[in-house]
Amino acid sequence: MASLLDKRLVLVTGKGGVGKTTVAAALGLIAERRGKRVVLCEVGGQHRMSELVPELASVSVDPERAKEEWLHYQLKSRTLASVLGGSRLFQYLTAAAPGLSELVTIGKVWDLAQLAPRAGGSAFDLAIVDAPATGHALAMLTSPRTFASVARLGPVGRQAEKIDRFLRDEASTGVLTCALPEEIPVNETIEFERSLRDELGMTVDRIVVNALHPARFSREEVGRLESVKADRRPAAAAVRAALSEHRRARAEHAQLRRLRRGAGAPVVTLPRVFEPELGRDHLERLSAELERRL
Amino acid sequence: MIADWLERKEVCICAGSGGVGKTTTSAAIALGMAARGKKVAVLTIDPAKRLANSLGLRELGNEERLVKADVEGELWAMMLDPKRTFDELVEWHAPDERTRDAVLSNRIYQELSNAVAGSQEYMAMEKLHELHQEGHYDLLVLDTPPTRNALDFLDAPKKLAAFIDSRTLQLFTGPGMLGLKVLGRGSGMALSVMKRATGIDLLEDLSGFFSSFGDRADGFRERAERVNALLADSRSAFVLVTSPRADAVEEAAWFHHRLLDAGLPFAGVVANRVHPPEPRGNPAADLERLLGDDALARKVMRTFEEERRLAAQDRKNLANLRRRLGRKPMIEVPHLDDDVHDLDGLRRMDEYLFDRTRA
Repeated sequence: MASLLDKRLVLVTGKGGVGKTTVAAALGLIAERRGKRVVLCEVGGQHRMSELVPELASVSVDPERAKEEWLHYQLKSRTLASVLGGSRLFQYLTAAAPGLSELVTIGKVWDLAQLAPRAGGSAFDLAIVDAPATGHALAMLTSPRTFASVARLGPVGRQAEKIDRFLRDEASTGVLTCALPEEIPVNETIEFERSLRDELGMTVDRIVVNALHPARFSREEVGRLESVKADRRPAAAAVRAALSEHRRARAEHAQLRRLRRGAGAPVVTLPRVFEPELGRDHLERLSAELERRL
Repeated sequence: MIADWLERKEVCICAGSGGVGKTTTSAAIALGMAARGKKVAVLTIDPAKRLANSLGLRELGNEERLVKADVEGELWAMMLDPKRTFDELVEWHAPDERTRDAVLSNRIYQELSNAVAGSQEYMAMEKLHELHQEGHYDLLVLDTPPTRNALDFLDAPKKLAAFIDSRTLQLFTGPGMLGLKVLGRGSGMALSVMKRATGIDLLEDLSGFFSSFGDRADGFRERAERVNALLADSRSAFVLVTSPRADAVEEAAWFHHRLLDAGLPFAGVVANRVHPPEPRGNPAADLERLLGDDALARKVMRTFEEERRLAAQDRKNLANLRRRLGRKPMIEVPHLDDDVHDLDGLRRMDEYLFDRTRA
């Protein structure tokens, strides 16, 4: 854990709906407790961090603004940047160019992770990104390399190459994958780790399995629950709920074992929070739990 | 129920935010319709091979494969290879072999079709359109990609077509870049600044890419328009997939709103993983008596209370969504004990998706 939070950039990814945002926020709280100047980054028009952890610095990366910032920096002239920014030709090409918004997004994240961000503003020790789901995250991480190879000689190429090197440098960039203890998220987690290695030569630092049901009932207790004949409805429903929970917990632990066998990165778990909406106190608890287990 | 939603429909598009069971729902709808005698193909573009998992298949290709499902109709499945679809499209558009090879070997094209996000959404739409044109199936079910913004894929055809569009093309292909006239005065200046910002070889590659397309680039735009027309057609149906979680419900409500705005045919909502309501009353005393073990009874009570809380919250969130859907139907699929990842799991979903007594 010390080594993960000592990097400059940590990307939190995983299949959709597995709790990436929660884990990214919990990680931010740990970093802050350790005295790091930390910034949380969101992409894709999300603004959840500022609600979840208002005391931490957060940035929601807007590709349009990131593009303007980049232009400004590249041309070293506000006038030229506005000539280009106002040009229909340029708008037309960049709005349509596939992959460009991924590139400027990861470029902005990269800039935030630098000790002296080009965009100005305060410097941070660590940027934690609530990244898109695995497939899209992989595309985002690949985009600097793609552009570096397309635009070999120009400034776009040089810039993209710099970002690519930073992402692939283990001392600078870390990757944390979130999962749920279920068949499909487990497959996706294992597959993502493989693609990241094969396509970019990057490794996953940690896997966090969220919302693991507790193994609450012993085998003997399950036997008793199965044989009980409840005569009244609420009692019957309660017994049914307990058995159903037990089956779910058992299936989840089997998936967890499968993940541990299939994944190279260390796997840690977080307990299921039985609250409909995750409140601030739950987030604190999860953060403390995560710090202990990482 | 789903079969009513899809009556006389030829295309079913399953959309929703990540992690709500879109892929599984698409597969279950396809299997259910095949079980009812239809010839169905389900398409996924998910790079994580989730549909393959749902169907218990190791690998899908760019060709439809018949799934051994023992149904009255036929169930076919395919996982799109966006790169392959893109190449096929170029082959289809290219006037001759030389042009085809020029495009396929252009570096811009290779990077664009290989790695770049966004092209897979476009290619999914292409393939959907192509299969619909061929007319081999009664119904096509499309599982949309897991974009953070559930509607991104709708804009994909337009965006990519705009990129390859002939108007852009003229800028680069006309001798001495005469095409700049199209954009009026000031573009020469913009172009020279752009060279400074991007590097000259990027522009040259772009120019090469566009000129190898020739007039055929028009075809891309026309096709994108036809794809959009297909989505808006009355033979298509959008099914919104959600979970009862508050954030997913928000996304679904917003998505519904945008579908209506865009005039797209919305059929209904499938809410997955719903905790069913639990009966009222306090069973604590009953449990102690029945189990004869206070500690065990307390553990059971605790579990039951947790389930009740989750069920109550699901009710509340779904009631909120129902209000915002107006008269459109919603089907609830309960939280099943095991994760659905094979044909048996899909059949268990069937009894809810195709239940005559509901929605």
